[in-house]
Order: sequence, then structure tokens, then C-alpha cells
Amino acid sequence: MKQYIARRVGYSMLSLFLLSVTIFLFVRVTGDPVSLLVEPGASPEDIENIRRQLGLDQPLWEQYWHFMASLFAGDLGQSFYYRVPVLELYFQRLPHSLLLAAVAMTLSLLIGIPSGILAAVRVDGFWDSAGKIFSLLGLSLPQFWVGLVLILFFSVYLGWLPSSGSGGVLHLLMPAFTLGWYFAAAHMRLTRSSMLEVLGSEYIKLARLKGLPEALVIGKHALKNALIPVITLAGINLVVMINVAVVVETVFAWPGIGRLLYEGITFRDFPVVQGVVIIGGAMIVMVNLLVDILYALIDPRIRLES
Amino acid sequence: MPLLSLENLSTHYVSQQGARVVRAVDEVTLSLEAGETLGIVGESGSGKSTLALTILRLLPAAARITSGRMMFEGENLLDKSDDEMRQVRGKRIAMILQDPMASLNPLFTIGDQVGEPLRVHEGASRASAWKRAIELLRSVRIASPETRVTQFPHEMSGGMRQRIVGAVGISCEPRLLIADEPTTSLDLTIQAQYLKLLRDLQREHGLALIFITHNLGIVAKMCDQLAVMYAGRVVEHGPVSRIFNRPSHPYTKALLGSIPRMSDNRDHLTAIDGQPPDLASMPPGCSFAPRCPEAFDRCRAEEPPEFRIDHEIRARCWRAPIDASAKAAS
Amino acid sequence: MTVITPVTTDTIVSATPFWRLKGFPVIPVSILLFIAFVAVFADLLAPHDPQIGSLARRFKPPFWLEGGSLAYPLGTDHVGRDVLSRLIFGARVSMVVGITAVLVAGSIGTLLGIMSGYLGGWADQVVMRITDTWLALPALTFAIFLAAIVGPSELNIILILGLVYWTRYARVIRGEVLSLKQREFVRLAIVAGCSKSLIMWRHIMPNVINSAIVLATLMLGVVIVTEASLSFLGVGVPPPKPAWGLMMADGKKGLMVGYWWLTVFPGICIMLMVLSANLLGDWLRVKLDPQLRQL
Repeated sequence: MKQYIARRVGYSMLSLFLLSVTIFLFVRVTGDPVSLLVEPGASPEDIENIRRQLGLDQPLWEQYWHFMASLFAGDLGQSFYYRVPVLELYFQRLPHSLLLAAVAMTLSLLIGIPSGILAAVRVDGFWDSAGKIFSLLGLSLPQFWVGLVLILFFSVYLGWLPSSGSGGVLHLLMPAFTLGWYFAAAHMRLTRSSMLEVLGSEYIKLARLKGLPEALVIGKHALKNALIPVITLAGINLVVMINVAVVVETVFAWPGIGRLLYEGITFRDFPVVQGVVIIGGAMIVMVNLLVDILYALIDPRIRLES
Repeated sequence: MPLLSLENLSTHYVSQQGARVVRAVDEVTLSLEAGETLGIVGESGSGKSTLALTILRLLPAAARITSGRMMFEGENLLDKSDDEMRQVRGKRIAMILQDPMASLNPLFTIGDQVGEPLRVHEGASRASAWKRAIELLRSVRIASPETRVTQFPHEMSGGMRQRIVGAVGISCEPRLLIADEPTTSLDLTIQAQYLKLLRDLQREHGLALIFITHNLGIVAKMCDQLAVMYAGRVVEHGPVSRIFNRPSHPYTKALLGSIPRMSDNRDHLTAIDGQPPDLASMPPGCSFAPRCPEAFDRCRAEEPPEFRIDHEIRARCWRAPIDASAKAAS
Repeated sequence: MTVITPVTTDTIVSATPFWRLKGFPVIPVSILLFIAFVAVFADLLAPHDPQIGSLARRFKPPFWLEGGSLAYPLGTDHVGRDVLSRLIFGARVSMVVGITAVLVAGSIGTLLGIMSGYLGGWADQVVMRITDTWLALPALTFAIFLAAIVGPSELNIILILGLVYWTRYARVIRGEVLSLKQREFVRLAIVAGCSKSLIMWRHIMPNVINSAIVLATLMLGVVIVTEASLSFLGVGVPPPKPAWGLMMADGKKGLMVGYWWLTVFPGICIMLMVLSANLLGDWLRVKLDPQLRQL
């Protein structure tokens, strides 16, 4: 197993490397990097200064080296708009995104897993069909659409829920649901198909042959096996959620990472944009690695195979 | 009274529109006494496995038992509710499947899985079920059962797994054990040991055994009675030694004839001509007629009923009574 | 002793045209064709110029409400532009961007997938590593990043979407190619001395077209949602061009005071288009290749 872990870590390192190269190249190579890395409205002399400061006249390799050096030092540049280091800004906003993601993930699992199980156990039944519609909509509808409709309904017409900002529980409900729907659909589909696959296996047949009550067959034998891929996916999705929440946070003016990204593009604050993307990408690579390792540790088949 | 008696049992698969009917098991009549071993032999698709699942009423949704009775210890299993049937499964009738690796849940310990039927059917506590599991593993000749019991299926060899599945089967002391090709996935050397184990268990527990296989050699070793199935029907039935000596049905003859023997002087192997039939589109008449070397016109026109050749042997063949009376006359 | 009646099979026999196959999704396809039709003939269908408005006519409601009129059947937006006309021209934008982006992503992805799968070796490694890494980055985030760099324009969006989504193609096509490589006819071609590019072009390519098409339909929905999201955020199709996502972003301004039609109508259009594309893609996937079910 140690070999497996070492290999996985190696892959992740490679991915991180490629990620940094991609981001670096795209910025340097397309168009004029200066206009991105310089504050809007700077004078020509300032621009020249910064060009030299950032080493934009140096060969690409050196630039990349500087880029990576500052990354490792935790320097992601400074926000033009807020005039604070990007990293600081990021961690300021992160808790809000985490909160939103946690609630949305909980919702998506609470809805997705049971309905997925039901859909598999009663294939083509009412729950299965209802589930299919729910997941089709969840996977198809753009999040900003869902969010706006919810606002229209619950804020404008019914006046029950506040339409923006972060405050109490009421402020969380709509954004969490909007963010969570897509993932609830994904989790439901995966639970359903995983469950169906498990239900068709020989050990389930044997469990029935043993005369076990159906509740035990499904609740004990089928469930544990079926949920493995779902939990794996959910773990990764938590991090993905934080990164794709940009639309939801914008619609609901939720002060998280997503909204930070939006501000970055609206105010042409490129360091912020770059910072969010770099951290986001790195986060996802790391969580994938983590989940793979955890998986190896938990699944008895892999654990003892060393 | 026989332990198990199947009378004119039929299981059909129906497609959604009712347009396709596959007669997976057709008018099967068999019986089994306590402690006896019945071998069911046939090609794949002959209906052997479906028959086993029919007895346990664990058929997929598209299958329906369309006729007949299944009498077990005097009760008709078809009259039982789902819950009552569940109490029969594992406790009074147990079944072993072909692939032991796939039959065991990879995420639970051996002890848990072997003790489970006890907890469910006899209300045993975790502790006592665990102890019983160790004893059961010992009775199927697994060494150091105390350690094995905490291990997981993938840590066992194939032979061991099959024994464990056997232990699961006998855990609640059933009267009947159905084994569906239990040795097919085992090495030859292990096969012999396993078969011996089954026979010993049978003697010790007074088990009746239904052995489903395509291997006639095993039948010769293990079984008292033999039923040969073809296209869902029992085409010959009777004591093993008599059928082996003098098969009545052409299919049985072909099966027995196709086994190469050391004493043969042949320079080629005989196989049975043709393909197994497509159960969804059967020709009229006897289902074996297209491949039968002895078929004549009546065979192709009418399905033969079961003929009693004598008090022990039955065969579904138009020729059988003719041959039998010829033999009797001579 | 019954004789079994002859059975009519309900499986597909060769010459059935695909629109008569069982379960053909008539509605989604009709919707898509309708949107395509509207997109092509937008100039003729739209009652007004979508980009010109007059402040005097702003925030007019749909015609069935008080204050509305048939001249502006679905109302006007915050600068007085006719919503219906904008919706109609928006169809063109969505269709053009969507289909082109899918074609770009599909072409790059299929090509690289074939090369990577068939040639193996370092070409394969390079493509796979890039694919894995780019797939780790959420599409929307990646697209936003690229849009921030190159600036929004219709062409840029198409290229960006192509760049973001080709990896999905590459991965699937590569998988197909890997299994195709083992098939007889490929081995025969190799033995017969065909060059690698010939094999890839004449033997491999036609066999992956099926999957590519299914994937393209599935991707269409996703691409449109992404494009709409980008437009909504302001980094997609730039104003004053009428993109549905952009309309909804503008519409948010009027939402709190109850000008719902600016949000709802574009939203319905997006929803119809995406749902139709997804339903069609799902159906195609099942019909054309059961192996692709894991998509």
C-alpha cells in the first residue's frame, strides 16, 4: 500500500505542477500580461516600472521560477481594489464559503442518498420517476436561474426569506438549496446506480437465500457497499462546491470565495482572480489525493493487500 | 412421505407485453426423500438454476410460477406468504451458489456472515452466534477457525471460501441443501475434498442434497437419484446407477457417450450435434428432436409426455416405451 | 402441449429511421429545432431591434398585464429594449456559441483522444496528464479565469469554452480507442502494413464518431449553461448583444421591485434549451451505445 500512496502523491505533485504552468502560461502568453498585472489607470512610467519589477522582460523560465517562488512564499499578489494581500483576503472570505458548502452538502446528502436508495429499491416506481425528474432538473438548470426564481418567489412575493447577505439561518436557506440541488442530483444518481449494481451481486443473492429480512439485506449488506463511491464523491464535491459557488454567491450576495471571484472580474482585479483560481485548483487536487488515500486505508480489500 | 415433492412445476418468463414466453422450467415432477441426494444435470440454459430458485421462490420479477405444487415436509411452498417463505430460506432449505468469492460480502468478517443466519432465524445473540460460527468453521474442516473468523473473504483461498459458504448453508441445520455447481470454480484436487466434505456433512446432519451440475462424474460419485434436464424439462429421471448403465433418453445417451473413457479406442471426441435451443422460439414437438439421432416424425410433431419405463425410471421420449417393451419382450 | 405463437420482436431491426425508434424524444428535438429555426430567421421574426431601446418605454410589463401592449408582447427591459426581440436574437447567440463551442471542443478532444489512445507512449502521457489536471479545475472557474485574461467577446467565449471542455472528450474517446485497438480489424490493418495515420483516420475515427456525437449532445446542455453563467457574471457575451444569461443579470436589477418578466422569460428559454439537449443526449446515449451508459 505504501507504493500506492507514493504513486498517488507523485501524480498529485505532477498535477499541481501542470496547474501552475497552465495558469502561468495563460497569463504570460495571451495578450498583454502587463495590463492584467497592473492596476487599471496606472501611468505609463508606472507600467514600465512594474514591467521591470515583475520581470516581464526576462525569459519565461525565469519568470516561472519567480512565480513559483512567490507562490511558495505565500505571496499571491495584492488586490488592486482592497489593497490587501490576496491570501489574506482569501482566508477572510473562506469561512463563509465553508459554511455555505457545509450546509449545501448536508442538504444534498440528506436528499440525495435516501432518494437514490428508494429509487434503486423500487426501480421504475414512483420514487424512481420522481427522482429522475428531480435529478434531471438539478443537473440541467443553471444555478443563477434557480437562485433568481427562488428569490422571486420567497423574497419578492412571499417575503419570507431575505434575498441577500449573510446573517442568520434564513439567509442560508436559499443559497444552500440552490447550491445543493445540483449536487443532490449527482449524489442521487450515483447512489441509485451504485445501489442497483450492488443489488445485482451474488452476495446479495446469498443474503436473500439465507432468509434475511429485506430490510437487513438492503440496510446492512447492500448499503455499506453501495455507499463507498458516494461518500468518496461527496468528499471531493465539498471542495468543488466551494469553488463553483461563484454564481450562487453572486446572486445572493453571499460574502464568500465565489463572490470574491466575482468582484475580481468585475473590478478587473486580476491578482484576486488568479489567486482564487490557483488556490481552488490546488485544493481540488489535494482533496482528490486525500480521498484516494483514505479510501485505501478504509477498504479492507486494499488495506491488507500490501 | 418424501421430503420434497415437485409436481408439474412450471416457471415462465414473461416479457412486458406478454408477447414472449420463455418456459424456463416446464412441467417438472421430481421427488426427494430425507437424506437422499438428487443430481440435476443439464447444459446451461436447461433450467437447472431456475428450478433451484423456483423452489426457494427467489425468482426475478419477470418470472412467474405458472403451475404445479412444491410440497416440502408436507406443506405447499407456493401457499406461503413472503414472510413465511423467508423463514424457510436458510433455515429449512439452504442453497450454495457457484462462485464463493462473489457470494461473500467483501466488507464483513467471516464470523459475521456465518453467524448471521443464526441471529436472524434463531434469535441468537452476537456472542453465541460468533461461537457457533467458530464451531461451524471447524465442522467444515477449516483450520484455526478462531483466527479465520475475524478475517475477510478476500483473505481466504477459493477452496476455503467454498467451505465457508457451505458452513453458512448448514448453520441452521436445514433439511435440504441445494448446491448449484459448487465445485465448478474449484481446482480438481480441492473438488474431491469438497465433495467428501459434503457427503460427510450429509451423513452427520441427515441432510437431503440437490446437486446441480453439468459434470456427470460428480453425479456418479455423489448422487442416488438423477434428473436430466433439457430445455426446461426433465427428460429422464431415476436411480443413478441404472441410468448410467442403461440410459433411456437419447439426450442422456449422448451425454454419457460423450464422456471419453480410457478404454475407448476412438480417435475423435463425440460431441452432441447442434446448439441448445432458443427457449424463446421453440420448435413444435420434442425439444430435443432437432439434435436427436433417433428422432422420427412423431417426435417433430408432438411433445412426448413422461413415460414410466418402470417403477423407478421415467423418460420423456416417444422411443422409450418402444425400446423398453422391446427389451422386455426379448 | 401448446405451440408457442410466433413472437414479434420489439428490438430494432436494421432499416428503421431513427425518428421512429422507440421512445424517440419528439418534444426535446422539436424544441431544439424550433430554437434553431428562430435563431436562423431572427431578423425576420423579431418585431424590434434588440439593441435599441428608449428610456421612455422602460420596464413595460408583458401584454396581458396592465400597462403592457402587444407592441412589446413580453415587456421591455431597464433601457426600454423589447424583451421578445432580445429573446429571439438571444437564441441565435446561444445556438451559435453553443454549437460552435461544442464543435471546437469536440474536434480538439476527439483528435487528441484518438492520438493519445492509439499512439500511446509519451503523447498519451502528456495528453492524459493535462486532461487530468484541467479536469480537476471546475469548468466555470477555469472559464472565468480565461475570460478575465482575454476579455469577453463572442469569439473569445467560444474559444474559451472549447478550451475548457475538450478534456472531457479526450478522456472518453481515448477510452474507446484503447478498446478498439484490441479489435480484429485494427490488427488486420496493422498486419497489412497500414500507416498509423491511415489506421487512425480510416478505421478508428469512424468508430468513435458515435460516441463523439452522443457526447456532443450531452455537452451542448452543459456548454450553454456555462455560457449563460458566464454572461450572467458579466464575462460572457458582452453587452449590448442579447445573451439570455446577460438578460437575466440585467433582470436582477428589476427583480426586487417585481419586474419579474425580465428574469423569468430568458430563464425559461435557457431551461427549455438545456433540458431538451440533455434529454436528447440521454436518449442518444442509451440508443447508440449501451457501453456509454457510464457517461
